[in-house]
Amino acid sequence: MPNDQVGLDPAERVEPTSFEYQRADSWDEAVELLRIWDGEAKVIAGGQSLVPMFNLRLTTTAALVDINDIGDEGGPRVEAGDEGPVVVIPALTRHSTVLASSIIAEHCPMLQHAVGLVGNVRVRNRGTFGGSVAHADPTGEIPCCLLSMGGSVTLRGPRGTRAVAAGDWFRTYLTTAAEPDELVTEVRIPSVAGLSWAFEEEVRRFSDFATVAVAVQTRQGGLPAIVLGGVADRPLLLSDDLVDPLRNPQTDILAAVAEAAAGSVTPESDVHATGEHRRRLVRVLVRRALEQALHPDSSRGDLR
Amino acid sequence: MMRTQVRLQVNGVEHELWIRNDRTLLNALHDDVGLPDVRYGCNEGVCGTCTVLVDGAPTSACLMYAVQAEGHEITTLHGMADPTQEMHPLQKRFLEHGGAQCGFCTPGMLLTAKALAERKPDANREEIRYELVGNLCRCTGYTAIVDAIEAWMKDDHAEDESPGATGAASSAGADAVEAGA
Repeated sequence: MPNDQVGLDPAERVEPTSFEYQRADSWDEAVELLRIWDGEAKVIAGGQSLVPMFNLRLTTTAALVDINDIGDEGGPRVEAGDEGPVVVIPALTRHSTVLASSIIAEHCPMLQHAVGLVGNVRVRNRGTFGGSVAHADPTGEIPCCLLSMGGSVTLRGPRGTRAVAAGDWFRTYLTTAAEPDELVTEVRIPSVAGLSWAFEEEVRRFSDFATVAVAVQTRQGGLPAIVLGGVADRPLLLSDDLVDPLRNPQTDILAAVAEAAAGSVTPESDVHATGEHRRRLVRVLVRRALEQALHPDSSRGDLR
Repeated sequence: MMRTQVRLQVNGVEHELWIRNDRTLLNALHDDVGLPDVRYGCNEGVCGTCTVLVDGAPTSACLMYAVQAEGHEITTLHGMADPTQEMHPLQKRFLEHGGAQCGFCTPGMLLTAKALAERKPDANREEIRYELVGNLCRCTGYTAIVDAIEAWMKDDHAEDESPGATGAASSAGADAVEAGA
């Protein structure tokens, strides 16, 4: 700490307090370090959300456990699952690797599109897929996609390994089903190769956080999954009864579903947008996304 | 220990630092190694003025701790173009096109563009704009910067094109506002 700040109350220091720094090069080691620190340590992967929080002094930690050395195990891969192929994305896969992956392009095309909207090139070079899933920003593109595509998050902790379904993962702002001593090791997403999708978001500036984001993923022999981001404390999957009218996906039905989606949320106002504006964005973006996903060939003339 | 002995590979030179764990790579490069071309802008990864290449990939030096950089190759603008030697061809393009005014964003712009050219040598204007979205410039309005990079990328692969004959400025117009916005 600079000399002129020694002895100041921590809250008055310009710079944050320092921390212990430890590198883990295996999941076992990372789990063990978290166990030893007993809730006092934070895990750093890409750090693209965590380090700003430290820099802005929104949080502090006694220790930082750096898991970057564990690596991305070669990036996304496909495994055979009970109900078809499953894409496995190791937690430390960088966004730039997801963006460039031919496996993602084939099996999770919406994800590839949405990752291209994440931050800027530096965020994508360093930020990790598992980090975004664990950070659980309610406006994040990746949480939105994950919830719409389904799948599961694999956790590792002192009690072993477990999987949490995407639908049970997001709890509230920046909070997930993971226990403090557990780490995200990979994310498994069932292949949606060949199925149509749409991802629409409204941002104040390209590369910024979404004000509202909408993900629509159609499914084989089922109703499409519609997920809203930026309107609640976590991404929201629209309930079956709201989506049910889409069994008859006429244009006026799409508008009615979009209206119902907007009516189902009560977004909060903040410095970026009022709750009412967000609700309007839900109506507009859901309709636009449904048009794209369900009628990809139709004109997009009057969708505003 | 709140401090760590770190060996940093910066522009091909090894620096040994005894550094607090919470010092960012930006702090270390600017204050400890003494590289003024790595600049403090926003400290939250948004503005791009502290861009360095980590193993060749553009990275916000403010969002990485110096202790994390051990074992990686760091390149700053001084590693791309030695200020005592002749300018890098891209720097010449920036001068020709007026791509730098106050110059604060320039190192980040140059390094980001260089990494793009290495990854995608045939990048078009749209792709250049997409790549530069995270590098803010408050002087130029971006058009001249994109012009300079586009001209450099073109003649790196088409040697016969005369240096002045870029014509890129004509296509920009209102579009460029979006590129930076």
